[in-house]
Amino acid sequence: MMDIKEAILSNYKAKVFKSRKDHILDLASGQSAISANSRAVPGIMTNRGCCYAGCKGVVVGPLKDACVITHGPIGCGFYSWGTRRNKARSDDYGRNFIQYCLSTDMQEPDIVFGGEKKLRQAITEAVTLFKPEHIMICSTCPVGLIGDDIHAVASWAEKEFGVKCLAFSCEGYKGVSQSGGHHIANNGLMKKLIGSDDISPIGRFPVNLLGEYNIGGDGWETERILKKIGYDVVCVFTGDSTAKAIEKSHRAHLNLVQCHRSINYVAEMMNKAFGIHWLKVNFVGLKATVKSLKDIAQFFGDSDLIARTDEVIEQELDAIKEEMDLLTERLNGRKAAIFVGGSRSHHYQELLKDLGVETVLAGYEFAHRDDYEGRKVIGEIKEDADSKNIESLIVEPDKRYKAILSEARYQELKETIDLENYQGMIKDMENGAFVVDDLNHYETIEFIRFLKPDVFFSGIKDKFVIQKAGVLSRQLHSYDYSGPYSGFNGAVIFGRDLLMGLKAPAWRMITPPWAVNDPPNNPEAYRDLKAPEGSQALESRESLANIKPIESDLSSEAQHA
Amino acid sequence: MLDQTPSEYLERKALRINPLKTCQPVGALYAALGVRKCMPHSHGSQGCVSYHRSFLTRHFKEPAIATSSSFTEGASVFGGGANLKASIKNIFDIYDPDIIAVHTTCLSETIGDDLNAFISEATVPEGKLVVYANTPSYVGSHITGFGNMVASFIKQLSIPTSAKCDKIGLLPGWVNPGDIRELKRLLSLMGLEAIILPDQSGVLDSPMTGTYQMYPEGGTTIEDIIALGSVKAAISLGYACSTEASLAIKGRLNIETSLMPLPIGVRATDNFLMSLSSLSGQKVPLDLESERGRLIDLMLDANQYFHEKKVAIFGDPDTVEGLCAFCLELGLKPLYVLTGTPGDSFVERVKKILRSYQETYEVKIKAAGDLFELHQWIKNQGVDLLLGSSYGKQIAKAQDTPMVRVGFPVLDRYGHAYNPIVGYRGAIRLAEMIASTLMDRLDRDCADEDLDVVM
Repeated sequence: MMDIKEAILSNYKAKVFKSRKDHILDLASGQSAISANSRAVPGIMTNRGCCYAGCKGVVVGPLKDACVITHGPIGCGFYSWGTRRNKARSDDYGRNFIQYCLSTDMQEPDIVFGGEKKLRQAITEAVTLFKPEHIMICSTCPVGLIGDDIHAVASWAEKEFGVKCLAFSCEGYKGVSQSGGHHIANNGLMKKLIGSDDISPIGRFPVNLLGEYNIGGDGWETERILKKIGYDVVCVFTGDSTAKAIEKSHRAHLNLVQCHRSINYVAEMMNKAFGIHWLKVNFVGLKATVKSLKDIAQFFGDSDLIARTDEVIEQELDAIKEEMDLLTERLNGRKAAIFVGGSRSHHYQELLKDLGVETVLAGYEFAHRDDYEGRKVIGEIKEDADSKNIESLIVEPDKRYKAILSEARYQELKETIDLENYQGMIKDMENGAFVVDDLNHYETIEFIRFLKPDVFFSGIKDKFVIQKAGVLSRQLHSYDYSGPYSGFNGAVIFGRDLLMGLKAPAWRMITPPWAVNDPPNNPEAYRDLKAPEGSQALESRESLANIKPIESDLSSEAQHA
Repeated sequence: MLDQTPSEYLERKALRINPLKTCQPVGALYAALGVRKCMPHSHGSQGCVSYHRSFLTRHFKEPAIATSSSFTEGASVFGGGANLKASIKNIFDIYDPDIIAVHTTCLSETIGDDLNAFISEATVPEGKLVVYANTPSYVGSHITGFGNMVASFIKQLSIPTSAKCDKIGLLPGWVNPGDIRELKRLLSLMGLEAIILPDQSGVLDSPMTGTYQMYPEGGTTIEDIIALGSVKAAISLGYACSTEASLAIKGRLNIETSLMPLPIGVRATDNFLMSLSSLSGQKVPLDLESERGRLIDLMLDANQYFHEKKVAIFGDPDTVEGLCAFCLELGLKPLYVLTGTPGDSFVERVKKILRSYQETYEVKIKAAGDLFELHQWIKNQGVDLLLGSSYGKQIAKAQDTPMVRVGFPVLDRYGHAYNPIVGYRGAIRLAEMIASTLMDRLDRDCADEDLDVVM
């Protein structure tokens, strides 16, 4: 069989070949170490964004009670306005700044003479108009270059207006992707917000939900389940959340980490500072959700809670069983490729498995090696010039530190529920699959050609590239304006959406009737001509042919003919 | 929705809220996608191009390709020369375009990268080209960037020549592929052949065939850009988008150029066609006159639903000016006319449009404005209709005001980029959209006994 990895890499010249080869893993070859979190090759159409996108766009932006001011020219603020689907309802005081984009809209004189004056004036205006309790300043590229001291401005604003003002130096050029921005945001929240409210009441079984940004309402579905069981969700980082909730988050007993990549820093730091344990959870997929809920109940060890957990799981599964069975029957045997940020490419494999869909390719846009291979490799990861530029906070135990578990109990739980650990994506993947870090435009097209997935989950930049190639594409950053996909109800919605995409009647009309026997105009025939002989592509077509045909069959070009 | 927006007006000097513009590079990228087998390249950190590709993809529901110099902190300190040279090599190796159109970002502009020097030092394969435009994000808007990129193509590629061909040049400005198709139809009906720069038709409305083509069959060819130096005359559309390129055509290529508004509405289309007529020496054909007649017919038929309805028009300057004129022709009453792109000449031109239609009531006109301000105006005096880009939907929901999406960006609807707003056909489409939207509202709001089935 022709080696797909080799075939794809063979089109790269020496330097690019060298820098890409270790980012692509053919799991069948037995490789397990991957290269990640390193610079994208200049000129390559990477899907990655920047540090600002990670800080403002992902972590800080969803805080609905804060005025988030982008300090820079207008573009960055504009592009991160309402484009991520981190849903939020107004807070207890009726505030919701998610609908707003605030920017200093720096002009040439601000670049030449410095932008601090304008930033101070912008904060003054924001305070006058909105009277926020929290202000966040997020820098874009030129701010760091001209040396504006946004941290000094933040201190000034705190004194001047009695607000809490957080400054994030998240210039786009820092780090190699959004990942650096997550870290910078985590540091800021730790330094200024976490641990500053010891008064607000906290309920029984208090947990925080970390790395849940409420895309398409995912956080709401997860919270619904947690609350139904009896947990007090103290704070969500940061979907539909508030700066106020973060201030009291140190009083939770357990941090549930959904997106490991973007928020594991906070989990680690809260563990060191306050003794709060963290647990990697996954509320995407039914089996994954059930496991996560059982693990959480185990942590608290309360027999009523454990019983209630089982009861809720049973209720919830019962309610969706009929439709899930139907969806599974119709989706079973399909093949998927997934390329998303830093966690979902793993999470969604679980949900796809529930539906009988195999993942043949998965990759992360901005993950680190531990997201692929598990936290056991963290010690092996060498710092480079880019990662050194992102501050790692040294955290000492706070005076409020308290051990939530006895040492014996901790050791016991460490064994049973894998506390403070993430085993990474690869261990859950099938032997014949591919893992690709920082998958780019060229590799996407090539992998489609070789692997012929029935669906390719990716983002908006890829979506129509994939669709144009005749493959269903669903966005897993924005859920294609649907959702939630998490928890029990989300699994059904996801399944419906996937089937809907495969069933679209237009798929069967691509080739005009007069061109069915004319290869250049018939994409199916054309692709067969182009697929290398003996490649997996042909095999996968055969295996597709063995799938019980259903009315919505995507490969019905042939039937049509 | 937008519950934090107070109706009390505050004069802001620094804080931009809910902008009605974005930055130069995305305009340069859009312009470059209108050139055949061109790879737009963003010289900055990779977040910029990620945002721009997302933004254009969301408007067109089409792939929008572009590459980045992927600056890191090191490149930001030591200059981006090495990154650009590596990019140029890799782009030609991997994506094999005929031309790379580099634009700068606020990052590379702030550190003062000299693109001309970097490109001259880069290895460019035989027969391939690299052009560039300076597009600092802290000057102007996306419209400025679009104009700068178009001007750069002309300045760096078009060859002035005394031997003139029979073609004309047409700079369509920032419009949708559907508009360009309509402009082409008008040109053809007027018996003219034209070099259109840029031409996104076929690129950002490419057909579904089941085979992804990285460089679809659309776009201005490089040969045509070079040959722009030999056209007998040129027409540049839109003052904000095309002034810079128009000056390049006049100054560098020594070609007679008329700079005129986008042909949106009756009179602007009339003027456009008369200009074409004077260039071709051919009368406006009866087919087009009939099309015009159908438009006027529709305007009279539905007049009672347009009459003095108050409208807020917002978006990019050239589009907004055209829409403002057409609203006045329909009998609508523009109350607020707003663009986010800076430039006082916009205000002067809108005033002139209002005067030309003998309108003397008070209209709030503003350049470098934002949607927060528009919302505040509307909170103080409401309108019957919003006419503009997608982000206006927040105001539409907050104020329960009907809205017609037109201009750029339209991120939340489908099919809009296929269809024109220019020419008589475009005006018919606009009139139908506006009338239907206003009439849907009438039907929704009226009492049962007032619901007319016949109108």
